[in-house]
Amino acid sequence: MTTETRPVASPLDPVALRADFPILDQEVRGHPLVYLDSAATSQKPTSVLRAMDDYYRRDNANVHRGIYALSERATADYEGARVKVARLIGVSDPHTIVWTRNATESLNLIAYSWGRRHIGRGDVIVLTEMEHHSNLVPWQILAQEKDADLEFIPIDDDGVLRQDVFEVLLRLKPKLVSFTHVSNMLGTVNPVEEMTRRAHEAGALVSIDGAQAVPHMPVDIGAIGADFYSFSGHKAMGPTGSGVLWARRELLESMPPFLGGGDMIREVHLRRSEWNDIPWKFEAGTPDISAAIGLGAAADYLMALGMDRVRAHEQELVAYALDVLPREVPGIELYGPAADQRGGVVSFNLPGVHPHDVAQVLDRFGVAIRAGHHCTMPLHERLDLSATARASFGVYNTPADIDALAAALREVQALFGG
Amino acid sequence: MDDLYRDYILEHYRHPHNFGVLEQPTASYEGANPLCGDRITMQLQVEDGIVTEVGFTGRGCAISQASASLLTDEIRGKPLTEVAEFGAADLLDLLGIEISPARLKCAMLSFDSLQHLLDDIGAKPLAKDAG
Repeated sequence: MTTETRPVASPLDPVALRADFPILDQEVRGHPLVYLDSAATSQKPTSVLRAMDDYYRRDNANVHRGIYALSERATADYEGARVKVARLIGVSDPHTIVWTRNATESLNLIAYSWGRRHIGRGDVIVLTEMEHHSNLVPWQILAQEKDADLEFIPIDDDGVLRQDVFEVLLRLKPKLVSFTHVSNMLGTVNPVEEMTRRAHEAGALVSIDGAQAVPHMPVDIGAIGADFYSFSGHKAMGPTGSGVLWARRELLESMPPFLGGGDMIREVHLRRSEWNDIPWKFEAGTPDISAAIGLGAAADYLMALGMDRVRAHEQELVAYALDVLPREVPGIELYGPAADQRGGVVSFNLPGVHPHDVAQVLDRFGVAIRAGHHCTMPLHERLDLSATARASFGVYNTPADIDALAAALREVQALFGG
Repeated sequence: MDDLYRDYILEHYRHPHNFGVLEQPTASYEGANPLCGDRITMQLQVEDGIVTEVGFTGRGCAISQASASLLTDEIRGKPLTEVAEFGAADLLDLLGIEISPARLKCAMLSFDSLQHLLDDIGAKPLAKDAG
């Protein structure tokens, strides 16, 4: 990687960056690959692949156990990755970073561990209409078990959360407010600091799903002030199987374990045990060591790019897409707010063509997008849509990728229009 | 020529046959594809062991709509015994296009709904692995 030599103030050069992502250098069905599905999972830079490969080739041993060089190196890298990730998201205490498999597991951990202890009959949890299934289903399971109530902040027609309704819902004195930082379908960037402040004033704890934020913009958890923050590593240049739950130290210390087993205990007797310190209390069994190390390398990569520059680049791409697509693809329907209020996500439909067919035809031109409900079925119901197509961007995308998308969409129209 | 979106597939998608709601259905079933959110409702009217009317409604992709259109054409007017013998492979033959594994669910949405209908009216028990 050569980012150290780039001047800090200059914008990202996505064309040069693409050399860091070997997967992008390929043809699909006779066309250069145009990868527009980073909201589903990001591609991985060579530095991440190398970090994982080095671990398996050189350092592979179990962590926190062996009194020998390999295990010491593996443990140092595994714990060192926690420090790197903490730095990426503005956390000063790396022991408040718990490794999970993905944001889904992080949110489930909160619901099972904190939720089971603190949510009771008639308690209110406030969610939003734009949540990913991963921030709905764990709370539904909890609410059914505890006979608790779920309330939802609706969206307006631009796909922005109704803060006036949020204000009303806070009068119900919820125990927890859990919402997404950035919508994976609409791209809406929610005012997380303001919402956290108001939830705290009403006495609620705040959980934020940052799966679509951490990879794409500066995230300073200290400044946001939330109580829980979850994200997936694989959307943030890291490998699949890597995820993070951050929570305030007092919360993690008071929460019961999620899974029991090795590494999460201090003492085990036949009928009782004492738990390990945080974060290991929540990391039972041999963890995905290489995934954690890979995510550490991804955090280094993103920080070297500079998250301000990443955000600026992706905002430029979204603004370009929102400008070009309606002009070049007549009749296209776009969903979500204006460019300045959204992350690198553009969901759309071509009237008369199902998004599955859109994605299928696009694939023939090497253009990879997502089609379906993007794990947001309630949001699609609210928008009265059965499905949408979605293009989403990463640092390695260029305006030429959006031109390729527009050209391929015109081919879809030609095929279905005749 | 396009290997998936052949003219007749697109024609069935744009103008599906048997699209609509029956007045006196013997049985109705709503099938859904949880992967993409597609839903269709299929209805049968059966008299003296013959499928006298068949209709479907719903939203879906070209493959699922064309499949429902072709399938309903195929079974209309046929005895239930014959409809019960119509298998998934027969539907794929009828479609006459190469279906990738990712799109098989789309092609089979109408067929799966029909299997539920046949089960409901006692013409053919549902296979254990059917959704």
